[in-house]
Amino acid sequence: MPYTIQTHKLTKTFNTLKAVDSLDITVEPGEIFGLLGPNGAGKTTTVSMLCTILKPTSGTATVNGYDLISEADKVRKSIGIVFQDPSIDDRLTARENLTMHANLYGVPASEQKDRIARILKLVELEDRADDLLRTYSGGMRRRLELGRGLIHYPKVLFLDEPTVGLDPQTRDHIWKYIKELKEAHDITVVLTTHYMDEADRLSDRIAIMDHGKIVVLDTPPALKETLEGDVVTVRANNIDALNKLVSHWLGLNQTRIVDGALEITVHNGKAALPRIMEIATQNNIYVESLISREPNLEDVFLHYTGRSIREDNSRELHGLAAAQRRAIR
Amino acid sequence: MTEIRALYTLWLREIKRFIRDRVRVIVSFVQPLLWLVVFAGGFGARLLIPGINYQQYLFPGIIGQTLLFTAMFMGISVIWDKEFGFMKEILVAPVSRFTIFMGKMFGDSTAALLQGIIVFAFGFILGIPFNPITLIAVLPIMLLITFGLVSVGLTIASFMGSLENFGAIQTFINLPLFFLSGALFPVSGPGTPEWLQVASTFNPLTYGIDALRTIILGSAWTPLQPLYINLGIVCIFDVVMVGVGTWAFGRMK
Repeated sequence: MPYTIQTHKLTKTFNTLKAVDSLDITVEPGEIFGLLGPNGAGKTTTVSMLCTILKPTSGTATVNGYDLISEADKVRKSIGIVFQDPSIDDRLTARENLTMHANLYGVPASEQKDRIARILKLVELEDRADDLLRTYSGGMRRRLELGRGLIHYPKVLFLDEPTVGLDPQTRDHIWKYIKELKEAHDITVVLTTHYMDEADRLSDRIAIMDHGKIVVLDTPPALKETLEGDVVTVRANNIDALNKLVSHWLGLNQTRIVDGALEITVHNGKAALPRIMEIATQNNIYVESLISREPNLEDVFLHYTGRSIREDNSRELHGLAAAQRRAIR
Repeated sequence: MTEIRALYTLWLREIKRFIRDRVRVIVSFVQPLLWLVVFAGGFGARLLIPGINYQQYLFPGIIGQTLLFTAMFMGISVIWDKEFGFMKEILVAPVSRFTIFMGKMFGDSTAALLQGIIVFAFGFILGIPFNPITLIAVLPIMLLITFGLVSVGLTIASFMGSLENFGAIQTFINLPLFFLSGALFPVSGPGTPEWLQVASTFNPLTYGIDALRTIILGSAWTPLQPLYINLGIVCIFDVVMVGVGTWAFGRMK
């Protein structure tokens, strides 16, 4: 089966900055492919090139078998895009926005009414279809944009940070819609996000992207398994001292300080807990709390990139650990 | 066929947005009346134009001014679209940039024409004499004037990043074109400064308004240029500006 998307050394340079650096990825038909990375990692640039909005500096790619550069028009007809920022006309109604999209994408006039009715039902906006969009909430607008991207029956739907700025309940709804839309329309989805939970919940495969390159690519469970172990989080009165002692005990630099707590990666969390407690009491360090948990995508990201995905950088690795992690890359 | 449907849908959007902007519609009624009643009332008593009263002279000028201001204002909607993100939806669609430009251009021109018709209707109230043929002849001329002006507005807006510079359009485009067009006072004849005469010959609106006066005022008005020259110049201006506008839209990201 041919790939839905295939890139070959896809590169985009802005002045001297390599936003996307020799990207080689393949997206299979019917999957939800997640591009996960911090802001500025090159996710949106990648998607913009695949949507023919930006011209690659070098390299090539095919989308639905069409060449990105020589068959840009065919690529555009075969894809749907939900942009990171809102892109609806709020002085028009939902139905008018959808009709306009249908006309721009050459949907036959005889089919428009039917398709629009179905999409409105799918995103549960039928009863508000003839209201101006300025009266809509952020979540409702987002739902409409998701639906709009499907009016012309695209084979691939690009979702660029689909839930940024939405409240948790709405995000949950949007995720549900994305899954439903994908099933109902039998499409391939390319999703960019900097939310771990979003990538985890939706993606069949995740590519972690940093500094314009793919750092690692696998299914969410496989990515978590690569960490081989549990994460122990300790809160204590003298974190720095405990960090040194535990590092010494483990021999390897498997520790990091995150938000004032010590995080330790160990093979068996339950077995490690008493040992850590012991080290602390022997050295007169008072332990406030001690928890062992399975690794999440956040840990995976930290492991491969040496830093946290969060914008405030509060999870920067400290000292030696950071230097070593970076050396892995 | 796809391109024509896209053109239609883009045109329809501009019209809908225009009609739904209530404040704009009210302004379009009030502003020309202020010019034609208050300004013409005070100013006309001092400015004597042989053969016609000042209100009659000003009337075609205010139609031209309305077309100019509306055209520029509508063109600026491109900045609005960029700022609110809708431009992206249009630009990524599988539609040529020429079609996108023409859709917006026809839409905004239609809106400006509607404004022009409203002002034209005031002519009846003000007692300016015309026959039904005048109305039929004036419509295409108004459209021809508008096409080029809207294209200027769209071109400028495609280069501008934000609405902050909106006031500059007023200062550097609208008012100079308005003042140098003969809308308010004659731009030729004895006593007119030479620089003003020369400057007005480079203004496409001068020819548009002269054409409007030729039709509306009939034999009472002595045209600057014969009608076919006036319209010829306006047409050339339109074609050039549509070309420039399509190019400007083509480079928009």
